[in-house]
Amino acid sequence: MLHALHAKTRPQLLVGFAAGVGFGFLLQKGGVTYYDVIIDQLLLKDFTVVKIMLTAMVTGMIGVHLLAGLGLAQFHPKPGALGMTIPGALIFGVGFALLGYCPGTAVGAVGHGALDALLGGVVGMLAGAAAFAAIYPKLKPILGKGDFGELTFPRLLRVGPWAVVVPVAAAVIALLYGIGRAGW
Amino acid sequence: MEIFTTPRWSPYAVGVGIGVLSWLTFLLSNKPLGCSTAFVRSAGLVERWFRGRKVDEKPYYQQFKPQIDWEWMLVCGVLVGALASSLLSGQFQWAWVPAKWAAEVGTGAAGRWVVALAGGFCVGFGARWAGGCTSGHGISGTLQLAVSSWIAAAGFFAGGIATAMLLYHVILA
Repeated sequence: MLHALHAKTRPQLLVGFAAGVGFGFLLQKGGVTYYDVIIDQLLLKDFTVVKIMLTAMVTGMIGVHLLAGLGLAQFHPKPGALGMTIPGALIFGVGFALLGYCPGTAVGAVGHGALDALLGGVVGMLAGAAAFAAIYPKLKPILGKGDFGELTFPRLLRVGPWAVVVPVAAAVIALLYGIGRAGW
Repeated sequence: MEIFTTPRWSPYAVGVGIGVLSWLTFLLSNKPLGCSTAFVRSAGLVERWFRGRKVDEKPYYQQFKPQIDWEWMLVCGVLVGALASSLLSGQFQWAWVPAKWAAEVGTGAAGRWVVALAGGFCVGFGARWAGGCTSGHGISGTLQLAVSSWIAAAGFFAGGIATAMLLYHVILA
């Protein structure tokens, strides 16, 4: 692991910025910084968003597991709980459809001049995050319901990582092929 | 250099690009790609302007300190990257209302602004409730095979598809 580089604060901020430039460039080139593309995905008329996310997920999954196997990467699975992950994701989903952008693509949309993404999206997301911070102490009991921590599928199934990576990669590639064949 | 000036790339090429980018962030920064914590940190920074250092005592801001960190810089980079990409392809354009909204709902900026603001609020609130967004859970979490992220990704799309269908097929139909 590149521990020395990971510990340097200022160079890390630069790496973060550079990664963001790459990410924003790719999101715009993929068309997913556009409201129309995201809404047509949620209306199941255009599968661009799903194609990008699944391809990124498979590519990332294989590479990051290889890096981890070589001792060059550490996993950071997010903790979860039924009371946290399910209601949070559904509220997010409602907002996703009303806004027509998610946090990253909203910022990308601002980059190509979408003012609804700036004055509605970014302002709304800041207000939503602040509101969550305000009521967080009261929500804590709900958030902790059905806590399963930083669980991963290999740990849940008590198998090695590749026993999950290989079938998931195969299934996702088959799904992408099917979506392509169906002309979506 | 036509590749940089063309308006759209294949979604598979973009997906592979984002996947490779995630290898780099794990390798160089020991971090997954993610966007939503930058919003809670920024919200804390804005609150601090108005209410001073007392804001830092809020339990949630102790967990996510109001400061400029790696992910905050990443989000700034997203703005610059999308700006550069749209300028190179000649797609940069100030717009109040997206094309589909204009065609189906109307060209009034106020209506779109209100709905976008409500949507943004739910996105910001829901992302913090779920502990991540379409990048942090949807891409970075699923690629790490995190159970929380697979559930979250399913929930994002379940809520999103139901709301979009209701909006476009029932309310606006």
